[in-house]
Parts: sequence; structure tokens; C-alpha cells
Amino acid sequence: MTQTNGAIADFPANTDGHSMLDISNLNVYYGESHILRNVDMSIEPGKMVCLIGRNGVGKTTLMKTIMGLLVPRSGSIRLQGKELRGLPPDRRAKLGIGYVPQGREVIPRLTIKENLLLGLEALPKGAAKAKEIPEDIFELFPVLKTMLNRMGGDLSGGQQQQLAIARAIMGRPRLLVLDEPTEGIQPSIILEIEAAVKKIVRETGISVLLVEQHLHFVRQADWYYAMQKGSIVASGATSGLSKDVIQEFLAV
Amino acid sequence: MTPILESLFGGLSIASVLLLAALGLAIIFGLMGVINMAHGEFMMLGAYTTFVVQNALKKTPLSDIYILFALIAAFIVTALLGLILERGVVRYLYGRPLETLLATWGVSLILQQFIRSVSWQLMLGIAIFSALFFGALWFAGKRLDFERIRSWLIAIAIPISAAIAWFVCDILAKIYKLPFTKPWFGTQGVDVTAPRWLRGGLPIVEGYQLPYTRLFIIFLTVVCIAGIYWFLNNTPWGLRIRAVTQNRNMSACLGIPTQKVDALTFAIGSGLAGIAGCAVSLLGSVSSNIGQQYIVDTFMVVVVGGVGKLVGSIVAAISIGLLNYVVASNALKPLISFSPQLTAIADFFASGPMAKVVVFALIVLFLQIRPAGLFPQKGRTVDA
Repeated sequence: MTQTNGAIADFPANTDGHSMLDISNLNVYYGESHILRNVDMSIEPGKMVCLIGRNGVGKTTLMKTIMGLLVPRSGSIRLQGKELRGLPPDRRAKLGIGYVPQGREVIPRLTIKENLLLGLEALPKGAAKAKEIPEDIFELFPVLKTMLNRMGGDLSGGQQQQLAIARAIMGRPRLLVLDEPTEGIQPSIILEIEAAVKKIVRETGISVLLVEQHLHFVRQADWYYAMQKGSIVASGATSGLSKDVIQEFLAV
Repeated sequence: MTPILESLFGGLSIASVLLLAALGLAIIFGLMGVINMAHGEFMMLGAYTTFVVQNALKKTPLSDIYILFALIAAFIVTALLGLILERGVVRYLYGRPLETLLATWGVSLILQQFIRSVSWQLMLGIAIFSALFFGALWFAGKRLDFERIRSWLIAIAIPISAAIAWFVCDILAKIYKLPFTKPWFGTQGVDVTAPRWLRGGLPIVEGYQLPYTRLFIIFLTVVCIAGIYWFLNNTPWGLRIRAVTQNRNMSACLGIPTQKVDALTFAIGSGLAGIAGCAVSLLGSVSSNIGQQYIVDTFMVVVVGGVGKLVGSIVAAISIGLLNYVVASNALKPLISFSPQLTAIADFFASGPMAKVVVFALIVLFLQIRPAGLFPQKGRTVDA
């Protein structure tokens, strides 16, 4: 993989005029219970969008639906204009969605190196010939370099979170989906993760969809959507995120 | 010393057969949670493949090393059949263990009867039917309204293809008579003779020699286990298989094609059954129900070993094999000869079937104490 002093290379360019992600009129059910109701959302290229809302309003359900782990009953999800409905998760990953799920889901009995190499699966065939981990990953998360041969399940929560983000970045996604990356992690690591995500956005120009409860992190985003009982009830620039809105939608 | 050495090698040779047979099952069960009841029948097909290869190479210079070709052929034949079974049946039943169990059991019965009655007539009939039926589907698939007419097309194509196939075979049977209709193997068992260099045995101790065929099977088992370990730990597909085994959803989200991983794993597991079948064909007569003799034992190995850990299967196979041999051969008799009561009990259980009773009783007891097997998955990652 080519490398230009520190900058993250090889990310797909966003030049075709579509929104990165377009969700319209999405309805998702668990059995007969209606979880997501007519959700609309749009993410512009190179922007960081934050989805806020209290526990149990359907944020993770939305992330899983975007990834293809849940099947919506109606509505559409388009990635740069391409309809994702009916595609299995592995095809969506190959189209350029990098997913960091809630609870991180590092593969426990694989080494850190193997976990990272799994990130290469999202690259098109032949692009991942060299089974090496590019330096930019270690620049983002230096801690990983020192423990490549340890098992994923033996890491602390914060390290697992860094590994999960690094793994998603290995696949050079266009859209990075982060589901509560700071949940249950000690404050110093939260700042590291925040800095890394900001650096990724700045240097690669990819879009980020973030689900977050941590106010400081929320403020780093360009745009927010607020969710309540499965619907989007408010949205706007995060600079205009007032105390009232925060009181209402963040579990602080 | 003699009885101990003897039971060690005797037990090892039973264990290696068990392990070879259980290896494929353990991999499939570990990855997909699917219990393949047709696993024993894949072994049976591997054994018959060995018989066919042996006869094909009989009068050629290769007849001395036919077993090597038979191993490869058995692996390929059963791996392909496993692939067809996974793509055609099992993949529609993921997450429904009971249905999978019944479906694969049905397949095992079909395979048994197939081996008994397969003849040129039957093969030709199946070939004609498949060509007509799938040809019709392929041809109609090019039409735009295919989805709409699909169900009635299938309803019509099946009887027509079957009728044509039946009719053609019936006419050919009347023309060519017996050579065409005679079953290839029939209901009688067939015999595989070991190549010359595998006859005889290695004298271990006075009065006991380990047959070379048994040694060969032990060697084969070691090679297969080493091969599987190498494949799982050093190849890209091995990495994918390990990832999917541990976390299917996340693996899919990373871009791993889980359906291909499933198909590949099923094919490899079935191929290992073929190799096991090739091995057991050296031990005795091969018949259509040979698979049933092994399937229960192999399940025991997988269950006792614990799901998802190959090392568990290895330890379980060796323990069960040793126990089985020791009880059946009454090898410990000299050690307990001080007590007439114990000797009487040991004598009572000293036969193949009774040894099995003892082994199964102990397995039942063992599973009461450790329901998850010898090497259960530990820690908070179990549910993930």
C-alpha cells in the first residue's frame, strides 16, 4: 500500500454529487413491534453526522439496518445513489461502509494482527495482496503496534474500541459508522478515540455517522439528528445545539 | 508392561479412526452449529470410491499405490457432494437445528438406498432428468417473466422430465438387458484389499502386532489434523473460517462472504468424511450401512470434546478409543486378578458391544458433570 508521509492514502474520492448516505421513509420492525418509524436522514460527503437520543429509541437498530443486519419493511437506503436494499452485510462492506458496532465485537480468539487483516476483506479483490498493516493505522492508534500478537479478547475495552475502529479503517471505507464508541471507556482513552476520528475525517475526507452520548464528542460533529421513539424529531448544525435540546435528547 | 503397551496401541488405532471420522463433523458443527446426519454416509461413499478406484487401477502399474489416488478421489467426491448438500438443502435451514437434523437424516437414507440400487440405468435416468429439468429452468430463466411462471414451470417440468427419463431408461434396459440394469455394488458388502505394502504388521510386543493398516490410519489421522491446523491458521480462507466461527454477524459486516465460507467449510468437512471412509475400508467389508456404525461414535467424540475446539475432539477421541479398547480386550485383567468379583465384572463387559455400553454410560455420567464438554468456550465472549 502506498504511503505519503503520514496522510492516509487510498481512500475513495467523493466526487459524484450524490449524498454519501440517503435514508428515506425507513420502517423497521422486530416481529410486530414497530421500531423505526419513517426515518429520513442524509449525510453529505466528508461530513461528520451525529445521531443522538436516549437509550432504547432505536439508534442501534438504525445502524444495524444500514449495515444490513436487519431487514427494513419499507423505505430505502442509498449509498452514493446506489440502493442497498436486499444486499447482505458483506456486500455493503465492500461498497464502502466501515462498521464499528456497539460493544466493539472484536473477534476474541484471533490476534490483533489477524483482526486488523480482516479489515482488508472489504477491499475489492486483488487490492489486498500484501498482507501488511499500513503505517497510518499505527499512527492513529500507536498502542496497537505493541500488541500485534495478543488475542483480541484479552484487550481492555478502550483498546478493543481502538482496534475496532482501526479494523474498519483498514477497509478504506467511504462511510464510517460508529455506534457508541465511547460507551464504558475511561475518559483519557475517549479523548484519544475522539482525536483519531477527527484526524481520519480531516485527512481522508470520508463521512462519519456517529451514535454518541458523550457531549464533548457530539460537539465535534458537523450535524446532528435527534431521535425519539423511533423517529427523527430534530436536526441541525451542532453549533446550534442548545442546552434544551441536549437536556431532552442526551442521557446526561 | 505388555497389556499396557498393547492397549495403548490398540486404543490409539481405534481413536484414530474415530478422530478421522469426527474431524469433519467437528468442523461443520463448530462453524455452523449444523449436525450433519449424513456424515456417516459420506464416509460410506468414500469407502465405495476407494473400492471403485482399486478396481479401476487393478491391472495397471499403479495398483500398488492405488490407495493414494483413492484418498484424493474420495476427498473430491464427498467434498462435491457436501457442497451440493449445503447449497441445495442445509443453507435453507440455518438456525433451525431440528429441521436440519431431519433433512440430513433423510439424505443419509437416500444415499444408503442409492448405493444399493445404483446401476447404469439409474445413473442415466438421473442424468437425463437433471439435464431436462435444469435445462428447462435455465432456458426459461432468460425470459423476463420468469419469476411469475416459475412455480407452474417447475410443476410441469418435473413430471415431464421424469417421464422422459423413465421411458428412455426402460427402452435401453430392454435392449441391453442385464449389464445395463445390474446394480454396481448391490446389497452385499464389497471388499477393499489393502495394497501389498500395508499387509502384515509391526510386532509391538510378544504375541501382539499392530497391523500396518492401523499404523497407516494413525499416520493418516496425524496428517489430516496437521493439514487442517495449517489450513485454518495459515491461509486467508482459514482466517475467514475462524472469524465466522466466532462472530458470524461481525464477520459479514467486515466484508467476509459468509455464504462462501459456509459452503467451503461444509465441503472440507465432508471431504474429511470421505478420507475417513477410505481409511475404514481397509479395516473390513464395505457395505451401504457402514456409515451408521460410525456416526454415533463420532457424535460422542464431538459432544465430549466440546463444540468449536479441535483439541477437544482430539482428546475425546483418544480417551474414548482407549477406554473402548481396554474394556473390550479386558487388558487390565492381570492388574485386578486379586479380586474374583472385579474379574467377573471385567469379564462380563469384555466384548465389543458391552464395551460400548460402558463407554456410553460413562459419557452420560461425564456430561452430567460437564455439559459443555472437555473444552468449553470460556469467558464473556461465549455469547458473542
